[in-house]
Order: sequence, then C-alpha cells, then structure tokens
Amino acid sequence: MAIIKIKRPQLTIAEKLYLPAVIKGLSITLGHAIRAVLGKTPGAKRNFNSSGMGITMQYPETKWDDQLPDYYRGVPALVTDEKGRERCVSCQLCEFICPPKAIAIIPTEIESDDPWAKVEKRPQVFDIDMTRCIYCGMCEEVCPEQAIYLRQDYAMTGLSRAEMVNDKERLYEIGGVREGLVNKWNEIK
Amino acid sequence: MSDSTTTKLPKDTAAEKGMVNIQVDGHWIQVPRGTRMIEACKLAEKEVPHYCYHPKLSSPGNCRMCLVQMGMPPRPNPGEEPSYDENGFQKISWMPRPVIACANTVAENMGIRTKGDLVEKCREGVMEFLLINHPLDCPICDQAGECGLQEFSVQHGKGSSRFKEDKVKKPKNVKIGPRIRLDDERCIMCSRCIRFMDEVAQEPVLGFSERGTHTTVGVYPGRELDNNYGLNTVDLCPVGALTSNDFRFQMRTWFLKETPSIDTNCGTGANIIIWTRGNKIFRVTPRQNDDVNSCWMPDSHRLSYTCPSHDNRLSAPLIKADGVHEETCWSNSIAAAGEAIKQFEGNEIAIIASGKQTNEELFMMRTLAAELSTDLISIIPHTQESDKMLISEDRNPNTTGAGLILGLDDPTEKLAAIKDGICNGSIKAVIAASEDLLDAGFSADDIDGLELLISIFNTTNATAQASDIVFPGASSAEKRGSMINVTGRLQKLNAACIPPADARDDWEIISDIILAITGETPEQAPLSIDQLSEIISNNIPQLEGKNLANISELGEVIIDTNVTIPLLDRETQRIAQGEIVG
Repeated sequence: MAIIKIKRPQLTIAEKLYLPAVIKGLSITLGHAIRAVLGKTPGAKRNFNSSGMGITMQYPETKWDDQLPDYYRGVPALVTDEKGRERCVSCQLCEFICPPKAIAIIPTEIESDDPWAKVEKRPQVFDIDMTRCIYCGMCEEVCPEQAIYLRQDYAMTGLSRAEMVNDKERLYEIGGVREGLVNKWNEIK
Repeated sequence: MSDSTTTKLPKDTAAEKGMVNIQVDGHWIQVPRGTRMIEACKLAEKEVPHYCYHPKLSSPGNCRMCLVQMGMPPRPNPGEEPSYDENGFQKISWMPRPVIACANTVAENMGIRTKGDLVEKCREGVMEFLLINHPLDCPICDQAGECGLQEFSVQHGKGSSRFKEDKVKKPKNVKIGPRIRLDDERCIMCSRCIRFMDEVAQEPVLGFSERGTHTTVGVYPGRELDNNYGLNTVDLCPVGALTSNDFRFQMRTWFLKETPSIDTNCGTGANIIIWTRGNKIFRVTPRQNDDVNSCWMPDSHRLSYTCPSHDNRLSAPLIKADGVHEETCWSNSIAAAGEAIKQFEGNEIAIIASGKQTNEELFMMRTLAAELSTDLISIIPHTQESDKMLISEDRNPNTTGAGLILGLDDPTEKLAAIKDGICNGSIKAVIAASEDLLDAGFSADDIDGLELLISIFNTTNATAQASDIVFPGASSAEKRGSMINVTGRLQKLNAACIPPADARDDWEIISDIILAITGETPEQAPLSIDQLSEIISNNIPQLEGKNLANISELGEVIIDTNVTIPLLDRETQRIAQGEIVG
C-alpha cells in the first residue's frame, strides 16, 4: 500500500498564540449568557418547555413529558386489553431475553371458573427489578401476546431495593389499558 | 465389470456379514439386513424428521413426515446380466414417488435421498397439513422448546398460514387421568401414546375416535389413564397434546438444566434426567438405557423426588437438650457425636446403614464400624411386590452394592441380631443413616430405650425426632456416587442441586464422625468424593479400576446376579419377533 505523507499544517501567529481562540470561545458563551438573561434563547420555551433561563430545563419543576417521542423507552409495564383481560400468559420469553435478568415470573394455571379459563395460563408473580432494568425494550419486542410495553414513565425512584421491584399489581397500574391490540383469544378460539 | 467373476462384488462381501449396501445421499454404507430405512439414515448421520416413529413402538407410518426418495437397480430384461460400475454397484433408478422411511426396510443396492426437491416438497406439504388445525398455543404450551412441530416447522414450515377457514374445534384441557391433561387441538395423530399404552403398558385405554380432520384421541369411556406408566405418554408425545399435571405451567423447558442420574426408588435404578433451575427440581424424566429401563419409568418413581426447597428438609445439625432439638453448628455437633460414641464399647454400638446409600457412603459406614470395632452393621430390607414391569421387588436401590461393600452375602443378615440386642439392652447406641427405624420394624420403646441415637437424614421423620443428634444429609438428587442395581450394573448418580442450607453430603458427615472418634487430622480422610471412590476401587476387588470419573452414563455390569427386568424381557422378545426396532 502506498504511503501517504501528511504535512503538518502551518499555523499562523494568531493560532500559535491560542488567545484569539480562547477569546472566541468565551464570546460565544457570553453571547448565550446574555441572550438567556434576556429570555431570547431560540426554541427554549417552545421546544423544550424550559423556564426561559437559557436552554437548561429546570428539572423537576419543569418536565419534558409532553415532548417525549412515541418510541420513548421508559418503565416496562404490563397492559390489560379493552375487555379487562390481562394479556400476559407468562410464556417467560421476556424473562429469557432480558439481558440484565431483571424479570422474574412464576406462572400459574387460571382456575376453571374464571371467565378467561380458556387462556389456561397467567402469571402468579411478575416482578421487574428496576435496579436491573436497562430499558432496552427487548421484552416488548419478544412478547408474543402484546402484553408488555415500555411506557413513557422514566422517573422510577425508591428508598430501598425492594421498593425498586415492580410487582404484578404495580405493573398493571403503570401499564393501564391498551386498546386495538390483536385479539388472539377471541370467540372463535 | 469384466473381472466380476474373479473378484467379489460388494453385495457378496456384505451378504457374508449379514449386511446390505445402501446409498444414502450419495454415500455408500453397509447396514445390517432388515434395518429400517430411517435407522439406516441415522447410521449414515442423516436426519429424517419424524413424529409417529419410535424405535420401541410398532411403526404404523401415519404421520408421513419421514418421506424420503428411494431407488433400486432396474430389473434386468430377460436374459440380460446386471451391469456393475467400477465400484461394483448397480445403477440406481429413482422412484418418482416418495416412501416412508420408518416402516420400510433396506435392500441391497438401495438408494435413499433425504434431501432434494421431492423430499423437501413432501416435508413442506406434510408440515403445512399438520399445522392447519394446530392452535397458536406455543406461549402457553408446556412442550414449547422441545416440540417436534416447532423444530420441524422452522426447517420445513412456511412463515405464514394459507389456511383462511376456521380451524377445527376439539376438546381442550381434558383431564384424562389423575396425572395427565389432554389437549386434542394440539394433537397431530401420531398415535404414539395409543401404541405405548397398548404395547408397553399393556392397558390399552387410549384410542382414536371420529374420522378425517375430526379424528380425536380420547380415553375409553368410563376409564381413566391412571396406569403407573401413563406419564411416559407425555414424554412420547412429540407435541403438547399430553402434558403432565405435575410439571404443567411450572417452568419453560429452556430454563431447565439437565443432569443425568439414576432413580433411587427401587433396585432397578432406572436412568433419569433431573431437570432443575436454580436449586429447584422441576421434573424427572427417563433417560434411555436399553439394559435398564428402555425409554420408560414408572410414574410413582418419577414424581417422588426430594427437592432442596421442600418444607420437610433438615437444614442444620440438631442436638437434643432436655428433650428439645436445638440447632447447632457442624463443629459442635460432630465433636459432641464423637464424644458420645466414645462412651460406649464396640459391641454396644450398632450401625444401621441403608440400601438407599451410595457405595461411597456405605464404604464410610463400613470404615466407621471398623473404627468402632463393631460387626453389628446392617441395612434394612425394603421389599414389595414387583409390578412385573420396571419396579423391582427390592425397593432399595443399592442392596447389591451394600452386599459388595460391606462384604456380606446378605447385607441384612445382622439385622435380627441388632434388633435382639436393642430389645435386651446389650446394644446401647445406634448410628442410623437414611432409614426411619420406626418404619423398619423397630418399636418406639426400643428406640426410647437407647442411650444414644445418632442419625443422618435429609428429611424429618420419627427417628430423627427421637435422635439425640441429627445430621442433615443430602438427597439422592444432591449427591454424586455410585450404586449397583439388581442386575449387578454399576451406575452413577450425579448432583443436580446442592443440599439446602447447612445440609451436607452424607459421606462427608460420616467421615467427620470417624475423624472425631479417631482424633486424626482431616488430611488423613478422603478429601473429595473422587478420592474416596479411588480408595474404594483399590479396596473392593470387583470395583477395581471403576471410579466415579470413569463409570459411563449407562453404567456397566460388574456382578452377575441372574436377575432380569420383566419389561426388558418383553422388549427383547418383540425385537426378536420384528415388531419393533428396539
């Protein structure tokens, strides 16, 4: 392979001194500071819902929840459908795929007197350990029943490790109802 | 071939050995005459997908999945001599239609194609038909992960269904027996379960009803699938139509770790696989060993495993103080046991070993007896009627091994003397392992009359309750070791789990008790089960050169006991009659 010789750039005196570049940088910062104080940062209020004091959002006084894109990957949660059926059948594929092993499921059989007895199986325990979750969305992607979704919630906090584990009840609370999903366990089924 | 008269043709050399030459996917191999085509392909390491075929059952050929292309040399015209190529084989003329590989036998100069357009198309067609009425149950189906339909639909199935009509409705979630659930929609009519119940279990309660697409597997009206071998149909079922109540919805199979081991519920020592996740046993299934249990095992043995997470497990050494057991640590309890045993003369101590113990543990028991200079060591016999199938009359898994290790023709011969000694008070101390003495014909009074009772158990029982010192041992699924079954076959147990909490392997406990008595340093005892097994192989002539590291998973016969397993006798007979491949 041919060798390409690169010539060092010839610096001008101004460049060699450094100071002009430093001053240029400082003037940009100063310009932004002045515009922030005057409330004139472009798009700050409109696009980022900031306080107006520059582009920086004053979290948690202001949040950008309504700016989140649809594909935002927040807290994973379980959903019920419009008929109130819990969609998860505890196939444990999410538990299998989960890279940090955040999901733990114990399946159980649905009692024969349950209106959804024909589904036969549901989770008895469904825990997602949010100290482990990396919000990768693999669980949502792998779910064959459209039962688990990453929601828009991102501020998941707790005072202990135990509190950071979302149990089944909490997961359905976060997930809520999702309409218009594939109705696989329908009347024909 | 000009020199065909002088040199032997391959067909003649093969015929002398009782073999035939066949060509599988272009390669010529020799297989025994009468081999099924599917087995010949297996010998040639070519996979032929199949559902209904099972070597231990008859071959009705009803799934049509094993279709292959077959060819034979063309029939010569009258007066025409067959022509041979330079390798001595005749030209193969391929048949335009496929044949099933499971129910046809090979012939000289036969050609088999397991690949190619025709075969692929056939498989795709069969697969599509099988999936037409199959429900989309995989997320809730226990078979998922080990399902023949899933596996072959990946290889030969279509990505989507062309079937627009409504699927046929059939009974789902039917309780056809105390241990088995049937889902008829998932069934692909392979009839393996029907044939098993008829041919092996000899209780033909299953059968097909209805016709065509409405064909349904069902149980005979008024009967149940409650045979003690019924759960084998669950293993046989290539799809999720038959599922076990015990394992139903417990865990997906891909999470489970398989550990090959042996069953310890009777003297047959059926080969098993223990399926675990974490430290929990989820199921036990038979492992094929044609000299022990074929492919089957009884339900009663399959469902009686001791899991580390069971409630009745002993988890810490216990010392009785003022009639109440108190948990203590290993060093305290071993020292206490050593001190207590030293109070007695050799002839005042009896050792109750067990036919449930491994050779390694029995050897330690023997060493303990020798250290205490007592010859009162015995195992307790457990005999019940044999079921004339796989369950042996001897319910101890290692009676043969106990006889060999303890050096007694009948390892139970000292039991009467021990019982008498305890009754008349000449025996004051008893060390018992793995045997509930109250179950074994000792009375509660006898046991209360003892001055010292030390026991090793893995679960709680009345004898443990009465013991002065109780050591928590390991269950059969938690230890490595070897056992010798009723036919004299040396087999190996592997640890699938670890013992719960403070419980330990039994041989280590006995070893520590011996050290506490002799006052030797731990270095003088065997340091690992492998080292112990090495010591045993040096001490017992029949076990020479046999240690845990080199016993194969299928074991090997080391003693001739003249005992046979009834189910295997029938199987041998059926193979001889050509009913099954075997």
